[in-house]
Amino acid sequence: MKKLGAEILVECLKREGVKHIFGYPGGVVLNIFDALYDDKDLKLILTRHEQGAVHAADGYARASGKVGVALVTSGPGATNTVTGIATASMDSIPVVVFSGQVPTMLIGNDAFQEADIVGITRPCTKYNYLVKDVNDLARIVREAFHIASTGRPGPVLIDLPKDVTAGKADFVWPQEIKIRSYRPTYEGNKWMIKQAANEIAKAKKPVIMAGGGVIISGASKELKELAELSQIPVTMTLMGLGGFPGTHELSLGMLGMHGTYYANMSVQESDLLIGIGVRFDDRVTGKMGTFAPHAKIVHIDIDPTSIRKNIRVDTPIVGDVKHVLKDLLKFLKEEKEQWDAIRKTWLKQIKTWKLGMPLKYTYVENVIKPQFVIEKLYEITKGDAIITTEVGQNQMWAAQFYKFNKPRTFLTSGGLGTMGYGFPAAIGAQLAYPDKLVIDIAGDGSIQMNIQELATAVINKLPVKVAILNNHYLGMVRQWQELFFGERYSYSHLDVVPDFVKVAEAYGAVGFRATKPSEVEPVIKEALKVKDRPVFMDFIVDWKEKVYPMVPAGAAINEMLFEEEKREEKKLKAVR
Amino acid sequence: MRHTISVLVENKFGVLSRVSGLFSGRGFNIESLSVGETIEPAVSLMTIVTSGDDQIIEQITKQLNKLIDVIKVVDFMEIDHVEREMVLIKAAPKKADRIEVLKLTEIFRGRIVDSGTTTYTIEITGDEGKINAFIELIKPFGIKEFVRTGKVAIARERVKKAQITTEKKEHR
Ligand SMILES: Cc1ncc(C[n+]2csc(CCOP(=O)(O)OP(=O)(O)O)c2C)c(N)n1
Ligand SMILES: [Mg+2]
Repeated sequence: MKKLGAEILVECLKREGVKHIFGYPGGVVLNIFDALYDDKDLKLILTRHEQGAVHAADGYARASGKVGVALVTSGPGATNTVTGIATASMDSIPVVVFSGQVPTMLIGNDAFQEADIVGITRPCTKYNYLVKDVNDLARIVREAFHIASTGRPGPVLIDLPKDVTAGKADFVWPQEIKIRSYRPTYEGNKWMIKQAANEIAKAKKPVIMAGGGVIISGASKELKELAELSQIPVTMTLMGLGGFPGTHELSLGMLGMHGTYYANMSVQESDLLIGIGVRFDDRVTGKMGTFAPHAKIVHIDIDPTSIRKNIRVDTPIVGDVKHVLKDLLKFLKEEKEQWDAIRKTWLKQIKTWKLGMPLKYTYVENVIKPQFVIEKLYEITKGDAIITTEVGQNQMWAAQFYKFNKPRTFLTSGGLGTMGYGFPAAIGAQLAYPDKLVIDIAGDGSIQMNIQELATAVINKLPVKVAILNNHYLGMVRQWQELFFGERYSYSHLDVVPDFVKVAEAYGAVGFRATKPSEVEPVIKEALKVKDRPVFMDFIVDWKEKVYPMVPAGAAINEMLFEEEKREEKKLKAVR
Repeated sequence: MRHTISVLVENKFGVLSRVSGLFSGRGFNIESLSVGETIEPAVSLMTIVTSGDDQIIEQITKQLNKLIDVIKVVDFMEIDHVEREMVLIKAAPKKADRIEVLKLTEIFRGRIVDSGTTTYTIEITGDEGKINAFIELIKPFGIKEFVRTGKVAIARERVKKAQITTEKKEHR
């Protein structure tokens, strides 16, 4: 029996194991919406903006490891997804976006609500399709999920002309996927891995730099084993947080522009740097050519283009992190080094750095320090929460002061740095894990970029918590203006910030406010009690506070700025 | 360094813009690009001439390989190969120079493919050097316009470690 294209699509999604679609309707996708109308197994979550739908699908994917799915209409619906798609692309997140398109015969005519979304998203998708024949639909959906979720994952867009979803065909689910030109490399070259093992055995001052690839490939266990076996300290990129326990004694926390003093110092002093599932972004390396100047570099990544793109590499290993680490562990166990003994001096040095310059801030009685809010969140949740973030100071303080011990518990827009990501992403994560605590650590600027999703969370009874670090500023912009533009605060002050408590209430959510440090804990505790709707926590924080340490753009990563008095300390240390 | 790279791609809608978009989006330059069918109708071959240092060329070939529609990438720098391109030149010599132009065409093994009352259209095939030389020789006699195809390249049958092929020997 022949089926409608729309029905075929729904059937395909079920076979792919999809439970939730995030979407927004419009003229050319009404066939699909109709096919979803009385379906019991596949639920569409109606967001309030298409950008929110893609971020939610992305958050769902990051939290669960499954493919996130979004469905939008043509033209403006499709163009509204671009930021979400680019966000997922930069962070290698498996998302499949379905966009409606005008009927095939109208394509190219500047038809009503026509946009060349395949052309627009070509550079920010892993792959994209325009389905021209309903008979190709099932195969294309199958391929799209495969491409999105294998190799280095990424977003795939499928553009669906109206006549395709309204057309009829036999439903044929392809048994296998044949894409001759797509064969990601999972196994690393054994000889290279052996060489890496030799380097590790020889190194006196090794450091592991772990990135998002560790989380994507599910290699946290192997990474921990590697670090513990060969006694190597681990620093993480923003995307890597949670890939190695943040409370582990070998953890150095995050490196880079706002990395810890001891992470950046360790990398700069190291004689061997093992990059695992990283791409050496400029926010991590600082000035090219000054990064890890004394180190031999081992680089493990599934994407060959990541290797030698930004920095020189001595031992390149193309492969899936989990596969490669397993092999590496085998070789290392054969080495039978006295690991503790050979690392003793190095680990002692690192301990000195850690004790001398921990992450800190100055607590005061009458004003809430944003870092204090994060510390309290960590303390009260005992680290057992999924944290999403917006972008700006809020994101960096979350990365520095919350300790992530498990993978897939820190969802943040690392590559694109998308303000407005965190709240819809939290909604997606909460749908994937209805019983987990999900908190978006937000800025007062960023939260306003997708604040409309309050409605989505309220309607679906999602108890997402939003901790707004309200400084009445585009704080990170303000910080740069203070430090590098002679305190000329050009258009970074948010003169009017809405009353977030009232906004929450207007949507049927709950709002709390804290203006003094003593109110922080009660507010968090009250918020955690709410189980049936979202909560905004409006923390009025010190607007002058800055994120430290900071490596100015274009400097080497050991050229860090610290809060005033810490700078004095550092000078003293240098004199000594 | 200039490299001639051939890229075997699925003959699909949009594939050319995926490849050219990769170059423009990442700031790589394309000196010439030619596309054509292959023995297998579902597959096309692109020949791209580009330049950059080793690291850039490595990125270019890796990025090309990463495109889902790309089946195979060959950098001819490491391979003994033959390269050809073609030019159509509309020359407008004065009456007195016509013979000279015909002679030069003969010497370069070109052909006159069209002629008007005041023009000859000349077809020349060869490597880049030969074509450049011919254009330079004809210029003084007057060229109205010319069109060049991009380069195409194919590996030599006995693939030896490339001794830089002397182009002159190539064309006898
Ligand atoms: C969509 C988008 N636009 C602009 C920026 C540039 N930007 C980075 S941080 C920032 C300020 C963010 O302000 P807020 O959300 O209040 O966070 P804060 O830094 O104050 O914690 C801006 C404008 C961005 N990252 N994303
Ligand atoms: Mg702010």
